[in-house]
Amino acid sequence: MNRRFAGAALALTALTLLIAASASSPAAQRPAPPSLGSRSSSFGGQAGVDRMVSGAEVGLSGGQLVVIQRAEPRTLNPVIAIDVSSKDVIWRTMADLIHINRETQLTEPALARSWAVSPDGRRFTFSLRRGVRFSDGHPFDADDVLFSFQVYMDEKVASPQRDLLIVGGQPIAVRKLDQETVQVDVAEPYAAAERLFDEIAMLPRHLLEKPYKEGRLSETWGLRAPAEAFAGLGPFRFKEQLPGERVVLERNPFYWKADRAGHQLPYLDRLVFTFVPSEDAQAVRFQSGEADITTRLSAANFAVLFRDQSKRNYELIDRGPGLDYTFLFFNQNNPAEKAPPAIARKLTWFRQVLFRQAVSLAIDREGIVRLAYRGRATPLWGHVPPGNKLWVNRSLPRPGRSVERARQLLQKAGFAWNADGALVDNEGQPVEFTVVTNVGNTERIQIATIVQDDLKQLGMRVSVVTLEQRALLDRLLTTHEYEACVLGLGGGDGDPNSEMNVWLSSGNTHLWNPGQSQPATSWEAEIDALMRRQLTTRDVHLRKRLYDRVQELVAQNLPIISLVSPSVLVGATKGLGNFRPTVLDHHALWNVEELFWRRRSPGAPQ
Amino acid sequence: MLGLLGLVYLSAVFAGFLAPDDPATQNRDLSFAPPTRLHFGDGTRRLHVRPFVYGLARSGDSDAYVEDRSRIYPVRFFVRGVPYRVAGIFSAERHLFGTDRPGRLFLMGSDEYGRDQFSRFLHGGQISLFAGLLGAGLSLGVGMVLGGLAGFYGAWVDETIMRVAELFLALPWMYLLFAVRMALPLHIEPTEAFLLVLAVIGLIGWARPARLIRGIVLSAKLRDYVAAARSLGASDLYLLRRHIWPQVLGIALTQGALLVPQYILAEVTLSFFGLGVGEPVPSWGNMLASLQRYQVLSSYWWMFVPGLALIPVFLLYYALADALHQRAAALSL
Repeated sequence: MNRRFAGAALALTALTLLIAASASSPAAQRPAPPSLGSRSSSFGGQAGVDRMVSGAEVGLSGGQLVVIQRAEPRTLNPVIAIDVSSKDVIWRTMADLIHINRETQLTEPALARSWAVSPDGRRFTFSLRRGVRFSDGHPFDADDVLFSFQVYMDEKVASPQRDLLIVGGQPIAVRKLDQETVQVDVAEPYAAAERLFDEIAMLPRHLLEKPYKEGRLSETWGLRAPAEAFAGLGPFRFKEQLPGERVVLERNPFYWKADRAGHQLPYLDRLVFTFVPSEDAQAVRFQSGEADITTRLSAANFAVLFRDQSKRNYELIDRGPGLDYTFLFFNQNNPAEKAPPAIARKLTWFRQVLFRQAVSLAIDREGIVRLAYRGRATPLWGHVPPGNKLWVNRSLPRPGRSVERARQLLQKAGFAWNADGALVDNEGQPVEFTVVTNVGNTERIQIATIVQDDLKQLGMRVSVVTLEQRALLDRLLTTHEYEACVLGLGGGDGDPNSEMNVWLSSGNTHLWNPGQSQPATSWEAEIDALMRRQLTTRDVHLRKRLYDRVQELVAQNLPIISLVSPSVLVGATKGLGNFRPTVLDHHALWNVEELFWRRRSPGAPQ
Repeated sequence: MLGLLGLVYLSAVFAGFLAPDDPATQNRDLSFAPPTRLHFGDGTRRLHVRPFVYGLARSGDSDAYVEDRSRIYPVRFFVRGVPYRVAGIFSAERHLFGTDRPGRLFLMGSDEYGRDQFSRFLHGGQISLFAGLLGAGLSLGVGMVLGGLAGFYGAWVDETIMRVAELFLALPWMYLLFAVRMALPLHIEPTEAFLLVLAVIGLIGWARPARLIRGIVLSAKLRDYVAAARSLGASDLYLLRRHIWPQVLGIALTQGALLVPQYILAEVTLSFFGLGVGEPVPSWGNMLASLQRYQVLSSYWWMFVPGLALIPVFLLYYALADALHQRAAALSL
């Protein structure tokens, strides 16, 4: 791909050296950006840059886009960011070697213009794009790549990306062949290894090496840092921020993508992120026209905005099921030694597959879709939602709701009903338990309330308790003091490798029974084997078959009872060109460099 | 006044009979249905003596409902329906009114799970109205005993009780409740939660009535006839019962009438924040809680009804307090 720029100008090397020599000074000034005035000159002083050409519609330059988000980013440092609100901003200013195209869900070249894989699948050779510069004008080369991987793999930095870069128990080995070629060795053949490099941001060595050596890397690039302290390879660069209110990014004049007409991207001059504390406030502000793009809309607010759509200057888009899946699961941990017998007895119910199957059969998934999501969700019987088009197993059975059959299963498992119609176990103890979920997450609370009512028909007494996110995770993963939980998982790139931690019995997010030393059940052992095997299989079709089997095992044994996959709902002001939201994350902003205003809307804020 | 208030409380006690439906039954096809319209005419000029309703159907893919005019469901009185209990003592299954299934009579519309708001409103009144009454009774009772002791005995008793009262006045009770709730186990029964809320708000609220009662007792015991009785050798108990109690009673009742609405509001506030009784048991507070969401707030006006109902109830209580006050003033003259 993109071989058309292979014969890059030689003149560039001299310039590279020149700037590299002066770059050690922290006060290095930003070189004057190339002129942007008219289209014919949009290549400015950057002749010979090995550009990537976007296939999207050719647009108009200028204007700003206001994006409204639910939380302020906690940091602008890609090495330590874990929350969505930080990542949404950071990834407008950063770039990776290989990128997963959010629309096709396949990998495509980014800062690496091409890559080669050795026949044994363990060696990757990246050819870097020539003439690429950071947003402060400093050239990007193989040393930056080496530095970036060194940072990500440093244990002291504790980057969340570190786990991904350890394959077969060993960190990947990165070597520089020349200024434009980098070689990466992995310890064992690794399926879809090129997907590993997605969202590993390439860092500017000239700015970050000093703080890294001083052990201050995780404190750099906080929200309060001055604009000169930042440099990235993304379409925008940090300009200014107002605490609690907004972060302003401006066009990166050195960006390495161009459109088909040869104009340098991005089209927009400014990208403004504003923050409101709640989902409802987000919808109200969008409705009043204070923002151009809103993502992660709840179905309820989508309905409110939808009703008004014809009167207002915005359009709403329902992209159908995303990668998120919401499910119910029971605590299957070993009871703690000093746990009261009442708790231990409950755990024995939850460990019976017939019990879980009965619960699954009694839940009205269609009702959940209708009530909690106002129809904007898809019922699930397996954990991979249909939005994950490459991996979903479409042949899983979808048993309809049947209280009758659920009762038969419970009977088979030794449960009975007393005179009041309450379900009792073989010792005559009534089946009562609590479902915990996130406080403030309306949909999950509604799901729990619907489940409560459905299970009442089986004679189970369920109560619903909401907990603050941190308290909830602490109970689930650390103290194991809960009985059942409604939770959601998602994000990631859809590849099974991104969920290794969930499905491996030793994984620390193996929610129902995390961190096991030995698989507790035979089906967990089988899932372990399948997941490990697909991890090192390079044949995509075989991997799909292996993962299909995992989905089957999960659907049969129901460690998690998949319920629904919410639809991806976004809204945008009318007249935004190339606006094609995706179901993968960064839904509306994945192609922000291609977005443009068809014509300036008269009331657009400047 | 008292009669009207009595009616309000009776309607809560007999909620099961007055309500056409069970407050927890979900109708998942009828979420956020507007109040059902009662019809007398069916468009064919024939007037029905007995009012009737139409069934509801979704109009297209939108949120709105339309009436399905193909079939009518007459409203019937004293119908057999879901079993219920009155005051937790005897059970019955006759309801004042209802319609044939699958017709639905939602006098106040339905909530997000398609539960009948009117039935929930009446049952919710059981919690909210009695929480007010019991909470006020509890704090007034404690307040009268402690305030009476402080005022009558004075000296160090007075000092101690009044300083503790000031401490309680300074307590931010909302945060205290949050803390109490956090310290409790995850799961508590709705009735336990109800009693807990009551106990906490009642016990924290004793300080204000106690200060008032103390003042009354203090001034009463200095009256000449009290001093005279004491000099004739009357015991403390006699003085309290015979001379001071009648003075205090009128004020205390007035105070009680003012406190009840405050405690109703306290329950509503706590349940609104999810600290009161839990789903699926209704209370006016947790019925209003769904209004925290923009969609509900902006789309379904009938969800405000429990909040609006507070206004006449409060006005009745204030009118009652006024009447009691005037009586007490007339007596003490």
